[in-house]
Amino acid sequence: MSHQISGLSVAFRATGSSFSDFLADAAPDLLPGRRALPPTMATDLAPTATTIVAASYAGGVVMGGDRRATMGNYIAQRDIQKVYASDAFSVVGIAGSAGIAIEMVRLFSVELEHYEKIEGTSLSLDGKANRLATMIRGNLGAAMQGLAVVPLFAGVDPESADPTRPGRIFSYDVTGGVYEEYGFHAIGSGSVFAKGALKKVWAPDRDRAATVRAIVESLYDAAEDDSATGGPDLVRRLFPILYDVTAAGAERVPDAEVVQAAETVIAERTVAPRID
Amino acid sequence: MPYYASVEQIMRDRSELARKGIARGRSVAVLSYAGGVLFMAETSSTALRKVSEIYDRIGFAAVGRYSEFDNLRTAGIRLADMRGYSYDRRDVSGRQLANSYAHALNSIFTEQQKPFEVEICVAEVGATQEGDQLYRITYDGTIVPEPNFLVMGGQAEAMTQTLRELYQPGPSLEDALALGVRVLGSIGGANGAPREIPADQLEVAVLDRTRLQRAFRRIPTAAVTDLLPRPPAAAATPDEPATAEEPIADAVELPTAVPDVAVPPPDPSPGTPPAMPHTEAETTVAEPEEARTTEADTTADEPAEVETTDAPASESGPEKPSTA
Repeated sequence: MSHQISGLSVAFRATGSSFSDFLADAAPDLLPGRRALPPTMATDLAPTATTIVAASYAGGVVMGGDRRATMGNYIAQRDIQKVYASDAFSVVGIAGSAGIAIEMVRLFSVELEHYEKIEGTSLSLDGKANRLATMIRGNLGAAMQGLAVVPLFAGVDPESADPTRPGRIFSYDVTGGVYEEYGFHAIGSGSVFAKGALKKVWAPDRDRAATVRAIVESLYDAAEDDSATGGPDLVRRLFPILYDVTAAGAERVPDAEVVQAAETVIAERTVAPRID
Repeated sequence: MPYYASVEQIMRDRSELARKGIARGRSVAVLSYAGGVLFMAETSSTALRKVSEIYDRIGFAAVGRYSEFDNLRTAGIRLADMRGYSYDRRDVSGRQLANSYAHALNSIFTEQQKPFEVEICVAEVGATQEGDQLYRITYDGTIVPEPNFLVMGGQAEAMTQTLRELYQPGPSLEDALALGVRVLGSIGGANGAPREIPADQLEVAVLDRTRLQRAFRRIPTAAVTDLLPRPPAAAATPDEPATAEEPIADAVELPTAVPDVAVPPPDPSPGTPPAMPHTEAETTVAEPEEARTTEADTTADEPAEVETTDAPASESGPEKPSTA
């Protein structure tokens, strides 16, 4: 790989503190949006990731995602991870073409870390949200051929946190539009059902345990009505992955907490099943 | 006006220029201690940093002209991030980076009119102290792996000698810090007497062996004050709690705290250890004795206390290697 050898001289010429801008100069083939695609539809060619839910609460924001990836009617993966910590104070969840989305999240994490190391300070939360929008925008060509990526971004700005709503949520469209969401939001194929479920239980002043529970329950509701969303898998012990972001940082909600929330939801539904 | 100058003469002139520039700045000490690698830089500026994070287990320290070593620093971060992104985070090593720096500095030294007036250290923290690697890279691209510690800057030879006498393997952070301050202060006092360096003129950072991913963190001045041994005069203020014995993990709050949970997303092997100690004996030493023998002789005529800042003439930016 020639760019590995000549790297430092390219790195000398580069200016600015953006990693993706540097890659565009030094190794454009490593960027997700820079590859030429044959002009055919690529739907169902690769796994698609589905439902992501985020909700803010008094201490920050929680984001969760189910574990299923599908290719048409086929379950491509049962234990995919779709929510990631992008840096110390933000998380990103992905829906859409899984391969491109994971690559984009990886690039986004390096981008944030790179900026932090070069500048000696972190980007603002809005800066991070806008940076992610730029990456989505770069993928528009692929999106029009069926390989769309739509993330959900959430985090806390430790520098300028609004004490009344420390956690903030940003949603995107395939053209790179950024929209700040208030309170809660869901993306992906099961988002309609998840959002409907969340709407009934969300309140701004709830604690973390209640928010974790609400997110697990909304994913359960999405899995009931959307075949592309996986519910809690008691046989394989696969449960949603949740991240919690507070002023202390982003942390994965411990499995035990998620399992307990899921088992509570299942137990309540077993006592009083909703038959429809 | 064309005239003839021998290659030998040109190289000697460039070396002298670089050495004078480096000797003018304040010094940096890097020490391996029980819990990781300690960087200490004497500095009067809070904005211009001499010590930086490069990658998960790799740190960077430099002396000399700020704009030049900052250019090297950012280039190193770009290179490390690109390698880690195109392969895996564990595939970025201090040795690779030190080699890249050596190549870059060497081509600048031989091809540019003016060499970089810098000396840099690339340090990688290992799983144990034996796994720590410290590389000194000089202005001409000479790369020297140093065991346990190194000192860079004006009169580094004398300070290295002091450190060699005082260094005991596996010091605690407090001991390493006290030793570093003593060594940095051993030069530049009136009539050769040791100086006191106040905590607010120290830039201190560590590569913490115990952290899972990004090992680098800065130690703020307040924590440095707590960690340093009390000067005898300060013993008269008993109202301060005895925090000096506190373990560093509790005493230090990193301003931009990076919790260990900020794991990069697609880690295919999460159970693997975060750093691979390089045990192979392979090194890339290129004539270590050549550049270092004359280090002390050019420093005598220079004031030791002047911070190297950019002259207006060189403000237009650092030289770029034309063919590297």
